[in-house]
Amino acid sequence: MGAQLRVYKRRIRSVTATKKITKAMEMIAASRVVKAQRKVAASTPYAQELTRAVTAVGTGSNTKHPLTTEADNPTRAAVLLLTSDRGLAGAFNANAIKAAEQLTERLEREGKQVDTYIVGRRGVAHYNFRERKIAETFTGFTDEPSYADAKKVAAPLIEAIQSETADGGVDELHIVYTEFVSMMTQTAVGSRLLPLRLDDAAAETAGKGEILPLYDFEPSAEDVLDALLPRYVESRIYNALLQSAASKHAATRRAMKSATDNAGELINTLSRLANAARQAEITQEISEIVGGASALADATAGSDN
Amino acid sequence: MAAELHVALVAADREVWSGEATLVVARTTSGDIGVMPGHQPLLGVLESGPVTIRTPEGGTVVAAVHGGFISFADDKLSLLAEVAELSDEIDVQRVEQELARAKAEDDAEAQRAADVRLRAATAGR
Repeated sequence: MGAQLRVYKRRIRSVTATKKITKAMEMIAASRVVKAQRKVAASTPYAQELTRAVTAVGTGSNTKHPLTTEADNPTRAAVLLLTSDRGLAGAFNANAIKAAEQLTERLEREGKQVDTYIVGRRGVAHYNFRERKIAETFTGFTDEPSYADAKKVAAPLIEAIQSETADGGVDELHIVYTEFVSMMTQTAVGSRLLPLRLDDAAAETAGKGEILPLYDFEPSAEDVLDALLPRYVESRIYNALLQSAASKHAATRRAMKSATDNAGELINTLSRLANAARQAEITQEISEIVGGASALADATAGSDN
Repeated sequence: MAAELHVALVAADREVWSGEATLVVARTTSGDIGVMPGHQPLLGVLESGPVTIRTPEGGTVVAAVHGGFISFADDKLSLLAEVAELSDEIDVQRVEQELARAKAEDDAEAQRAADVRLRAATAGR
């Protein structure tokens, strides 16, 4: 076998191995998307009921609570950015980080100081590389977040929003995550979690245009709200974590699918080149033989005379 | 009026139980509360404790609920809990072990959680 052909054969082998790996990763991601989607669906009833309850207390009572009333002059805000621990997911992390940066810029233009909280090693690495300040980081659970993880993330945020701004507390809480729209579409969105926009929360509850009944609060509206809002924040963060996980797996699946397709294409091109090289080799051998034979024939014809 | 209320017991990550009931008893921070069809709209904070649901067929469903909320309106009752388990899902032996361990480690919270589970499990039998 000629040198040229051997090189092509070796490259085909290596690309085939890569293709097998990316194909496997694609299939793993596909099965994980389904699982993650199921988890999102399973967490929906709780989130919906909780949102409904929060709306009910917020609209049904005249309670003034730090978590529902906007500060007159907000000066500090917290941004929670959800990224993934691992890459190989196309533009998934880049998009989330970009959305967070845009939001931070907007908040800073409005004259607010921004504390950044980050979930996922990718986001942490991005901020560390640029030597930006991070308030707190959480890593190690982005592939399959549990409710306990959401509680862990929510705890410092709730504490920050409940403390006075002068003591390092914040007036606003924003969250940036990748919304799972469908298998093909995932969009990075930034939204304000607190203070609560009651009309937004109301729009989210299932029954449109339904009038909420006048609730009797046990023990009192303030106590109910006090207990409800941290749970509400936790459940929203949990939901965002789950959606982000589902989106990440979908993005991985897509990235790995195109990697597999590209590998296939590369194998085709390389096979053609290898075929051409083999053919060229054969042609050369034939012409060598023919040339050699005719030279020999010429030589013997000459010696006869 | 149909003397039934529709109950949904949901934990943070799943729906634990849903169905019709004639009476639901739960423990709020200010004491036990029983809800029957036609109760006034109510929103309360739950303590950890067992929740008893009486079904129209005369059966009883007991669940251990660790913190959460009860909300009732229009004969629809939702019990929201971060963690909730039905009595028949609870492995008594394991909970007893947990309780012993919590006692040994002097972990009041774990002890209470295990205790609630155990009570719910025995009440459901």
